[in-house]
Amino acid sequence: MSDYDLIVLGSGPGGYVAAIRAAQLGLKVAIVERENLGGICLNWGCIPTKALLRSAEIYHYMQHAGDYGLTAANISADIDAVVKRSRGVAKQLNQGVTHLMKKNKITVHMGDGKLTAPGKLTVTKDGMAEELTAKNIIIATGARARDLPKAKADGKRIWTYRHAMVPTEMPTRLLVIGSGAIGIEFASFYNDMGAKVTVVEMMDRIVPVEDADVSAFLEKALKQQGMDIRTSAGVGSVTPSETSVSVEIKGKDGSVTTEEFSHVIVAIGIVPNVENIGLEDLGIEPDKRFHIKTDPMGRTNVPGIWAIGDVTAPPWLAHKASHEGVIAAEAIAGGHPHAMDPMNIPGCTYCHPQVASVGMTEAKAKEAGFDVKVGNFPFLGNGKAIALGEAEGFIKTVFDAKTGELLGAHMVGAEVTELIQGYTIGKTAELVEADFMHTVFPHPTLSEMMHESVLGAYGKMLHM
Amino acid sequence: MYIELKMPALSPTMEEGTLARWLVKEGDKVSSGDLLAEIETDKATMEFEAVDEGIVTQILVAEGTDGVKVGAVIAMIQGEDEEAAPSAAAPVQPVPPVVAEKVVPSAQAAEPTAAAPRPQAAAASPAPSQSNDRVKASPLAKRIAVNKGLDLTAVAGTGPNGRIVKADVDALSGEGRSPVAAPASNAGLRAEAPVAKLAAINTDIPHAVVKLSNMRKTIARRLTESKQQVPHIYLTVDVRLDALLKLRGELNASLESRGIKLSVNDMLIKALALTLIQVPACNVSFAGDNMLQYSRADISVAVSVPTGLITPIVTDAANKSLSKISTEVAELAARAKDGKLQPHEYQGGTASISNMGMMGIKQFDAVINPPQAMILAVGAGEKRPYIVDDALAIATVMSVTGSFDHRAIDGADGAMFMKVFKELVENPLGLVA
Repeated sequence: MSDYDLIVLGSGPGGYVAAIRAAQLGLKVAIVERENLGGICLNWGCIPTKALLRSAEIYHYMQHAGDYGLTAANISADIDAVVKRSRGVAKQLNQGVTHLMKKNKITVHMGDGKLTAPGKLTVTKDGMAEELTAKNIIIATGARARDLPKAKADGKRIWTYRHAMVPTEMPTRLLVIGSGAIGIEFASFYNDMGAKVTVVEMMDRIVPVEDADVSAFLEKALKQQGMDIRTSAGVGSVTPSETSVSVEIKGKDGSVTTEEFSHVIVAIGIVPNVENIGLEDLGIEPDKRFHIKTDPMGRTNVPGIWAIGDVTAPPWLAHKASHEGVIAAEAIAGGHPHAMDPMNIPGCTYCHPQVASVGMTEAKAKEAGFDVKVGNFPFLGNGKAIALGEAEGFIKTVFDAKTGELLGAHMVGAEVTELIQGYTIGKTAELVEADFMHTVFPHPTLSEMMHESVLGAYGKMLHM
Repeated sequence: MYIELKMPALSPTMEEGTLARWLVKEGDKVSSGDLLAEIETDKATMEFEAVDEGIVTQILVAEGTDGVKVGAVIAMIQGEDEEAAPSAAAPVQPVPPVVAEKVVPSAQAAEPTAAAPRPQAAAASPAPSQSNDRVKASPLAKRIAVNKGLDLTAVAGTGPNGRIVKADVDALSGEGRSPVAAPASNAGLRAEAPVAKLAAINTDIPHAVVKLSNMRKTIARRLTESKQQVPHIYLTVDVRLDALLKLRGELNASLESRGIKLSVNDMLIKALALTLIQVPACNVSFAGDNMLQYSRADISVAVSVPTGLITPIVTDAANKSLSKISTEVAELAARAKDGKLQPHEYQGGTASISNMGMMGIKQFDAVINPPQAMILAVGAGEKRPYIVDDALAIATVMSVTGSFDHRAIDGADGAMFMKVFKELVENPLGLVA
């Protein structure tokens, strides 16, 4: 007799959602967490950074109060108070997850979990080991920041996202290595907070997974805000001292300069947490980037062992992990859930201006052989955007000329992270251009641009 | 409780039909199994049985109405739990049949056509989209289906609540060429009925306008498709019939007591089936990326009926005795003439035979009936001057022409087929062995 129907190893947005769904379906569920319920997302990722960015945004508005006919004097930022608020938000949500576990009668085991055999898992806490058994185990251990060997994070001068989230002092001159979502969000936050920020990106454009038009627009916007952006660039030696870090930066033209920074954030990607949880002993197969291989339902090659979220294939996003958690839980409970289509997973980056996208970029669509129709509508043509004083950005849509399928949508500008779900619903429901055209978008909203972009793809744009 | 009585789909390909005749009237009490109506599909007239019990309260589609879409409500039945109508016990009285052929009797030149051709509006939107509107499919799936000319009505969706999604349509267009799906390919891949596209003919010549029966429409569409899409080759041989006629006489003499009389055609059906088994390269269907190689010979026998032509099937004819084939053909042909064949009795077949010998036709080339790949056209058996052992003699000879789908069958294989057929007929003991 097993102790549980299901044990979930890791309580991030993948793990805790899987546990809730499985419990709702009548399974007896336990969850194992070594640190904080809610995982990185809620404690050290998505949520606390959004709290930080909100402070930065309001600070930005206060500095630009005059644009709106308002006066704000003696504006200043108290980084300690900003961080304190962010931690408070994380704490509130962490308690929320605790409550959800209790409500769904999910047993929480705090400690380090390790699989010892199919259906068996030991939880070690303070030297005490406890063995648990379950018919099924979901690995949801997530990922952590990838190290840059020549710039080992020390938490003082060289930070990962985790240090960057709880700064004890405001950086004055900040270097961000890597311009993916995490790097660019911190770059944007500290830039808004008043630091002099430099971003170094190896690729020829920032946010390289996004559409090239978005990258170009964002780079221009961030440069206008005073950010120093170096693409096709690399980092040589990184030498921290007590008060600063000396960094060799290799520019596009091959020239190497040595520059001084108060702090460095390393944001060059993530590595999955696959060590010390017993995977090798069980013969669970990793892919070539050491993420766990699964089928669309989350099954690994070992029966009874499942994996979801960042520890598996990309995209490494909280909402993808949660969705996979639901799929795996339903499959374990004997259901037949629908597999997720990666092309329908939206991505959001909370820099300023924001970036949001779903599906294929224009270049990827062409590469895949599609004959495309592209619409692009600027914020400048939208009444609400102008009223908000946020007239920078655009919404781009990419359609398959043959079928009218929305292949991708790419947005940059104010609040686009709240808009992208409209296209995501449409894509998931397999709507075609005519359905988007027939949809009535409320006025005055930013969402009207979504309509115009689709109309534009078919030469029917109204307001430009 | 009112029950909606809907136009049934009486065959897999049926999209609409003619409500030929009601067998009940308003106020009639019906119970499960009672015959409600006769419905004419593209191939046959079939009886529509009641499933529910109750009283027919309203007939919504008058008899003689054609183009009634599958799923359309044709009558209302009040369920048994409601208070019974006083005349509940009224017996089912068949309504007099309507004239099947609606020939407008405008023989006099003075009277112009009363029944003008039906407006072309219905033909404006392509058939697939019409049928696909009724299926539960995503807009994208429907769009792709229209683009590719796919019919979604028979597709099982894998999306939420059985919705047909893009992946299902992609799978369908891939599978459309697989062995499983191919025999029904005339249902899946559908060309717009070419007859519908023709412009109305304006003429002063005295004429009557004869409305096309569903069967006639189907024949028109299928034959056009065949001649447009299937490259035909025709191979003709002369076959001496004397031995076969002699054998037939002997067999009929011994079968007389059983009331069976073999026709030459019955024997040729068997010969065709045996030839298909001996030359399997001709017992095939061309299916795009692959070919279906049948291991059984099912022979479609062309039967002329008042409304057109239908091809009932003698299944596995190679393994049936001549007497069995003879009785089966007689029975099928009788029911074909009454329009009472079930779809499975005329849909399928691996090859066809058409015999116009009784009309004195010497030789003709028949049109292949896809997805079959061959048809045999049989001319009249007649006495002809014939060379036998280097001397001129008189023999009974018939000309037989095979039409072959050249995409699937090479000339040499077709020639081999005709050779084997000729030998079998000229040495007919093989037919009874």
